[in-house]
Order: sequence, then structure tokens, then C-alpha cells
Amino acid sequence: MTESRFGDEILRVNAMRIQARGESGLGPVLVDDVSFTLRRGEVLGLIGESGAGKSTIGLATLGYTRSGCFICGGEIVFEGRDIRQMSLVERQELRGHAVAYIAQSAAASFNPARTLYDQVGEVAVRHGLMSPAEAKVEAAKLFKELELPKPETFGERYPHQVSGGQLQRAMAAMAMMAKPDILVFDEPTTALDVTTQVEVLASFRKLIREHGTAALYITHDLAVVAQIADRIMVLRRGKMIELGDTGQILHEPRDEYTQRLVKERIVVHDFVARRGEGEAPLLDLQNVSASYRTLKNVIDDVSLQVLKGDTMAVVGESGSGKSTLARVVVGLLARASGDVRFKGESLPPKLHARSKEQLRRMQMIYQMPDVAINPRQTLLDIIGRPVSFYFGRSGADVRARVLELLRQIDLPEHFIDRLPGELSGGQKQRVCIARALAAEPELIICDEVTSALDQLVGEEILRLLKRLQDELGIAYLFITHDLGTVKRIANKVAVMLKGKLVAAGETATVFAPPYHAYTELLLSSVPEMRTDWLDEVLAKRRRSA
Amino acid sequence: MRLFGHKMSILAQIGLLIVVVNIALAILAPVIAPYPEADLVGDAWADPSPQFWFGLDQIGRDIFSRMLYGARMSIGLSLVITCLSFTIGIIAGFSAAVLGRWVDVALSRIVDLLLSMPTLIFAFIILSVLGTELPVLIVTIAVLDSTKVFRLSRAVAMNIVVLEFVEAAKLRGEGLWWIIRREILPNAVPPLVAEFGLRFCFTFLFIAALSFLGLGIQPPFADWGSMVKDLAQVINYGSPAALYPAGAIALLTIGVNFIVDWLLAVYSKGHGEGA
Repeated sequence: MTESRFGDEILRVNAMRIQARGESGLGPVLVDDVSFTLRRGEVLGLIGESGAGKSTIGLATLGYTRSGCFICGGEIVFEGRDIRQMSLVERQELRGHAVAYIAQSAAASFNPARTLYDQVGEVAVRHGLMSPAEAKVEAAKLFKELELPKPETFGERYPHQVSGGQLQRAMAAMAMMAKPDILVFDEPTTALDVTTQVEVLASFRKLIREHGTAALYITHDLAVVAQIADRIMVLRRGKMIELGDTGQILHEPRDEYTQRLVKERIVVHDFVARRGEGEAPLLDLQNVSASYRTLKNVIDDVSLQVLKGDTMAVVGESGSGKSTLARVVVGLLARASGDVRFKGESLPPKLHARSKEQLRRMQMIYQMPDVAINPRQTLLDIIGRPVSFYFGRSGADVRARVLELLRQIDLPEHFIDRLPGELSGGQKQRVCIARALAAEPELIICDEVTSALDQLVGEEILRLLKRLQDELGIAYLFITHDLGTVKRIANKVAVMLKGKLVAAGETATVFAPPYHAYTELLLSSVPEMRTDWLDEVLAKRRRSA
Repeated sequence: MRLFGHKMSILAQIGLLIVVVNIALAILAPVIAPYPEADLVGDAWADPSPQFWFGLDQIGRDIFSRMLYGARMSIGLSLVITCLSFTIGIIAGFSAAVLGRWVDVALSRIVDLLLSMPTLIFAFIILSVLGTELPVLIVTIAVLDSTKVFRLSRAVAMNIVVLEFVEAAKLRGEGLWWIIRREILPNAVPPLVAEFGLRFCFTFLFIAALSFLGLGIQPPFADWGSMVKDLAQVINYGSPAALYPAGAIALLTIGVNFIVDWLLAVYSKGHGEGA
């Protein structure tokens, strides 16, 4: 890292504190005593789990806080002037013009009723920097820099006519229009598929480097930020844990929390050696196809077997049909053809035709624990219901069983009368697991169970699932887009692409050369904890292309 | 002061006081009222005096006494009608959301049909044909009102039905009644409670409008709505008599809504949904 690459200091944040307003007076402190400087051309990565205050800091550099919060201390000095002292009009002048923001969900940030040209050019036109015609030319230029297809006509499309990755890049173009001094990226690739993430990340980096813009890059994924940031700040619960050069953070993290974050990503896991038991498959899918009313063959001729005690991972990008596969197995979506057999017995395609016993044997855990459990029921009701429903037990019996299950998932027993609102995300996911266990199932379908959780919390959930498997011999059908997870917990894997199975078998076989071309693309897209990973991947792809 | 284990805000306490006083007066009307509600006790339009606190009405009945009796009619009737309309509306609305497309289409079109005609005219037709006995009045207004409750509860339930805990209940094999009662209803309470407060007050006014057409509460029984209408005749001559029942309606409306606001705040806070 050569110091000369960066210009003068452009932003200095000094002992910033941001606090929420509570019902009676002040609420919790969201950001506590955070200081950093940013020079022209420098990219600072902000990393931490949810609730760490990353986004709050990002927005504060625009002189903005979410409603109910306010900046209560410190200074935010932009080019020698404290943003906190500026009038509302001056701040508005600053936003979009000098400091621009790129949000996580581009789909939610664009107006679906207007073309991309209109929206991308708006900032520059509103700030009086360009005429609409000039803005159009400039936008097309940026589209080209961002390697968007047909840059001249790309802007004539509406947001729904372009893919998620393209929309995210269009948002970067929008932010770049007024040639801002600072770009704030707030988890811009988190909602994208891994394969898309690589391309978007590469074009962001190109854009920043070519324009020499300073940037704050907010993410929860250390490997991603390692590709783009010069320095990294680690945050936890609103406090700065560590700030250092990217190399130092990755290779010699000083703080214990940073060390844990780095370790979880770097540890190389051996392939799972466990084998399913028995010869006869527990779950047997034979040439299953299924369609939605408007979408044909979302699942196309899929066959796979899960043995007792197996963990079968189903991987693929969004739209590959992996969640639909789960819906077909449990009967939420009736299959169009083929057969789904459980312990040799053919299951009726439709849910309501299945017997209570058939339903009990197969349970499901969802991606979003927040909506997967009823917020108005206590844990006793949530976990106890399958016990009374399937086994006809009542009163004290149910309570005793729920307490046993709480112990099994490592939650304190006094949680039994709590409502989900009093639990953290990881704890809620544990409750979902307990509810599934309460039915004493033989197969649990896990639909992206860790993707809504913070990294370290997700690791704990995976460990819990693994332990339960060892104790109870349950089989998992594990739907995920995270290939790192697959290696760690699945002994079998099925790779899906556009509704079809492209590869399936033992993980060690599928994930080792010779790969299927798509499996290789997926595997090579998983960010690694090296600063040169992105360059390598790009170079490799250029060679093969 | 605490209610249901939650500390009441000042406004909620005021609201509760208003509602309790109103209900107490309504119940005790025969005991407190100085005169029977239908008796002519003096000259028409007599001014307020120590003998007749609020004065006398167009045919010489005591306005104060009639307001006490009117509270019985207005509050009691509105409460019964609103409860009935919510029962009908919620059951229909939730069924439409849960039972699938055809039930939804059928119920929604019936409701569209009812809503396509002005409620007042619709009620007018039905009451003219079936007569103006109280049970007919109650059922008619409740059914017409339930169309609005249907719309709300259907929309609320639609948002809840797609959540995964409902899917989890379906996967478990739970029946429809369980899903409606245990999974959907508890989560639909806040918007429905807010609507209840509003509908309860609207029902007053609706009864008043019907009374105006001679199809509401029949003389000699008093209700606040028709009292406003009757007494308003002389407002041009400087008599404030119409303001007493109107004020009573306004006061009760405000009181009910103070309590509703507080209930909503408690409900969202207790479950970590607040901002």
C-alpha cells in the first residue's frame, strides 16, 4: 500500500456518538466514540455484525440519522467544515453532490415507474450540475464503465427489466453522477448471488480507483471488504474494536473479537466424513417436476436420495429452484410429475392429503426466524404445540417436554414463558429448531437457516444442528447458497441450475476436480480472505473466456 | 393507575374516566334522571333553569333526563352493533384470506355489491321493508358495517397468512379454526382495536341519521343522535341545546380513542414492535 496513492484528508470523524431517542428521554447509544479519517482515494471498510452501528455511521457521514436517532457528540468534519453545524439546506446541498450513498437493496431504492435514465440523472440535474441531456450522456458513460450491457440504451429500461446485479450497478452510477468526493456503500452486494457479487465487486472497485473517490464500504463479510478496502474498522455494539490496514486485520488481528471473525472464515474444514446409514433411502425423489401457475418447470426432472443420518445440501443461485424443491417435498406445492417417497411410501402430492404421521416425520426450519414463529405466542405455546398436537400430551407433560427441548437447544429454562420479541435472532432460530425437534422428526428441511443471522451466530446454529444430528440421527435436507456452509456440514450435495440438477453426490466428489463447469463457477465465486483473491478470479475468468 | 398489568398514561386515565362515567350514568339513568324520558314536563323550548338543567325540548321534555336515557340507547346499541359487525366482518375477512381464491372472490364480490350502494339508502330500503324493530335495526346496521370490517380484516389477515409461522402451522397439519384463532387473530388485534374505537363512534352517527329519516330509534325513546337533530332546529335562534348531546357524543368519542391509543401503544411495546 503506497501512501502516495491517497490525497489530502477529506473527512474526519472525531469521537462521534449517536443515540436513540427512547419513549422517556434518551434511548441506547448506537455509536459510541468512533473516530476515523478518510483521505481522497482511500477506501475504508466498516465491518461488524448487525447492530454494530455500521449503517448508522455511514449515514452520519451524510449528516443524516434515521428517525428516532440523533448525533449527540463529536464532530464530522468534511473538507474543514463540521457537518453538524451546517443548516439543513447546506446538508441537502452536500448529499448526493459531495457524499453519495449506495444502499443494500437496489430493488427497493428505485422507483419502479420511472426509467433508469430519469433516476440516475436526477441528482445531477437537481443540483443544477447538468441539463437532462448532459446527464443522459454522462449516465451512459458510467454504465459503460460499470460494464453494463448496451450502455447507450440501458438507461431506457425500467428497474424491473434489469437483473439484481445490474440494478445495483445502476445505483452506483446514480451515486457517481455528481462526481461525489465520498461514496458510502452500505452492504451493496449482500443481496446478490455469489457469482454476481464477483462482477459487481469488480466494477465497484474499478469505478472507485478510476475516479479516485474516497469510499466507506460497509459489510458484514470480511472476505468481501478485503478485496476493496485499504483500511478496515471493526465495530461491535457501536464501539470501535480495531482499526488497521487491511493486511494487518487479516493476518495479525489484535483484538480477540477480530481474531474470532477472521478465524471462522479462514479455518479450512475437511469434508464431512459421515455417511448415511442403511441402504433404503429415507427420502427418495424420483424424476420430480413442478410448476407454478405462471412459471413452468421450476423444478425439472430432479431425482435424489437422502439416507438416514445424511446431510444433503442443495445449492444454487436464487431462482435455481432450490426452495421450490423444499416446498414440493413438504407438499406446499403439488408436484406435476414424478414421485416423492418417504421410507418407501409414496407421499400424496398435496399437503392436506397427507396423514398426521407423514407430516410429523418431516419438519422444516426457515430462513427468517423473526417471521417463522408467532410473535404473540410464548415459547411454551410454540414448542409445546407439536407435542400436544402429534402426541396428544397435555398440561404438565407438555411443559416438561418443552423444558427438555430448551435444554437441548441450550436456552435457559426460564425462557419458557417468554415471547419471541424478547429473544435475539439466534435464539429465535434455536426456538424454531426446538419446535421442529418437538415433533420427533426423521428429516428436517433447513431452508437457508443461517443466512439471516450474523456470522458467528450462524456458526453456533450449525454446530447445534450437527450436535443434534449426532445425538438423534436426524437427516437434514439443507438448502443454502453459502458454499462455505456446505463443506462444513454436508456429506452430500446437489447443485441446482435453472430447476435442473447439474451435479449430485458425496460432497468430497462433487467439490473436487473434475468439476462440472457450473460447480466450478460457484466455488470460485466464494470470496476468500486474501487481498488478491478478486484479481486472481478475474484473471482466471479472462483467460478461460 | 394500572390496567391489565400495564401502567396507564394520563390520557388513557382521562379516557377511562369518561367512558366509565358515561356507562355509569347510562346504567343508573332511571335512578338519577329527574324526569321520565317521555313525559312532558313544561313548555316547549323552556330555557335552562334550576328545575330543568338543560332546558326542555321541542315538545317540552326534560333534555337532561333524555340525555341520560339517551346514553343507554346510544352506548348500548352502538356497542351491540359494533360487536356484531366485528364478529361477522372478522370471520368473513379471515375466511377470505385463508380459504383460498374462490371463497375470497365470492365474499369480496358480495361485499362490493353491498358497498356499491350508499349505506344509508341501503339501510333505508331494508328497514322500510322489514320494519323498524330494534333487532332488525341492529342486524341491518351490523351487516352493513361489517363490510368495512371485512375489508380491513381481510387485508390484515392477507399480510399475516403469508408469514412463515402460518405456513409452519399448515405444515404441522393444523385445522383452519386453529390457524384463524391462534395464529392470525392475535397478530391482527392492533389494527382491529383501532378500527373498533372508530366504528363504535360512527355507529352513533349512523343511528342518528336513520332516526332523522324516521327509521332509527322510534319515539318516545331518546338517543343522542336524534336529540342533536331535533334540538338543532333552534340553534339559529341562539339556543345551545343541541350542543349538549353533540358534546356528549364528542366527549365519548375522544374518551374511547384515548383508551384505544393507549391499548395500541401497550400492545406494540410489549412485543418489541415499537420503533
